[in-house]
Amino acid sequence: MSQYLLSVYYVEGEETPTADEIEVIYADVDTLNKKMMDRGTWVFGGGLHTPENATVVRAEGGEILTTDGPFPEAKEQIGGFWVIEAKDLDEALDWAGQATVACRGPVEVRPFQDEEGA
Amino acid sequence: MATLVRRFGDIELAEEAVQEAFVEAVRRWPEAGIPPSPAGWIITTAKNRAIDRLRRESIRQERHEQAHQLVGEDESAEIEIVDDDQLRLIFTCCHPALAPEAQVALTLRLIGGLQTPEIARAFLTSESTMAQRLVRAKRKIKNANIPYRIPSDAELPNRLRPVLSVVYLIFNEGYVATSGPELARVDLALEAIRLARLLRDLMPDEPEAAGLLALMLLNESRRKARTDSEGCLVTLRDQDRSTWDRELIREGHEVVRGCIRRNQPGPYQLQAAIAAVHADAGSADETDWDQIVTIYDQLSVMAPTPVVRLNRAIAIAETGDVEGALNILDGLDLDGYHLYHATYADLLERLGRIEDAADSYARALDLTTNEAERAHLERREQRARGGA
Repeated sequence: MSQYLLSVYYVEGEETPTADEIEVIYADVDTLNKKMMDRGTWVFGGGLHTPENATVVRAEGGEILTTDGPFPEAKEQIGGFWVIEAKDLDEALDWAGQATVACRGPVEVRPFQDEEGA
Repeated sequence: MATLVRRFGDIELAEEAVQEAFVEAVRRWPEAGIPPSPAGWIITTAKNRAIDRLRRESIRQERHEQAHQLVGEDESAEIEIVDDDQLRLIFTCCHPALAPEAQVALTLRLIGGLQTPEIARAFLTSESTMAQRLVRAKRKIKNANIPYRIPSDAELPNRLRPVLSVVYLIFNEGYVATSGPELARVDLALEAIRLARLLRDLMPDEPEAAGLLALMLLNESRRKARTDSEGCLVTLRDQDRSTWDRELIREGHEVVRGCIRRNQPGPYQLQAAIAAVHADAGSADETDWDQIVTIYDQLSVMAPTPVVRLNRAIAIAETGDVEGALNILDGLDLDGYHLYHATYADLLERLGRIEDAADSYARALDLTTNEAERAHLERREQRARGGA
């Protein structure tokens, strides 16, 4: 079994969903979450507050600096994520396919490094 | 199975271990017998690779004899596994999670057995770029845990497309080797045909798989005619058509007819149809070039690449419009492609612009690595310089 991070992206400035649409998205994501939990796929996940709510902390010149976020200056930002367990990439991609439909946004699938560091 | 899948990600390790494992395995088997499957994965792979290599390197009968010796009489089932393993391997190499260039490079490396420099030349890129591409692709297969399996029926149509283009590239490497004195590396072309047959059998309802097979069969039918007794290149115009392989042509035509009946045209099927028109002509003069231009018109819509437009221009020149063909070439960006300059030179010669033609032949030579092609272009250049 391998673990994968499924990050949901959205593009700032693009049309945001209406309140009704958001309700549908929540419902779809909820359904997907339950399905993942049933299958033993779910490890962790959730939706994030928007990037203006982020804070960046870094070590520089012996000091810990704290600034208003987000970290990347890009228009593409993470809206939420899942950590799942899947037997291989094809299975992870299958879940990501369901995720991208539920979230109405692209999903990046990135494998975790094995604990053994392999 | 999971161990096998996870361990397969170690393609690099397997590659390095093949040599050692092979020697080790050959030493072990007569005494110890075949090791139990999951644990001895690298040995199993090396064994399959060894059998695979044997199958490629020698004729069928010898192959089976040698494989039997390695594997033992009661293990003949292993030889059949190699076919399935080839399919699994090619679908893994062509996984959509890999970049298209990586898919092709990996398949040429792991299925075609080409070395990195040869692959680089086929792509008109540098060796270091290609080496990087291969390393990154293998690393991704391992790190992302891309599984070693044949796609399910539902996935098959999408997964087949990159596989077909890779198989065609392997065929082209075999058809005109990018380096060395031989015009064609025959075993690669036959390997590509073998893979195409496998794919066609696996997907009998996929017309492009059949189209690719037909295209390659018809191209392969001309192999003997492409070189003369001294190994020099003979153009289509000058080929002795009595040496064309009639059986390959018969089979190619049959497959093309099946494709036409299905009426779901695609790029490979159209190219096969063009090859079929050539195969139909008893001599170069009897070639129905108008028909060929018509098919190229269709192909240019489906696959509007510079090379297709170049080939269409060649057909247009053959219908008599050499000026028109030259105008098309002027609009193409194919400066790194030796056949572009060779075509340009040929058209210039036909228009009487001999000195310019010689220069274009020289430019083509700068880019040509296959020695048989070089010899042919050198003769053309010398003839042009002599006449200027």
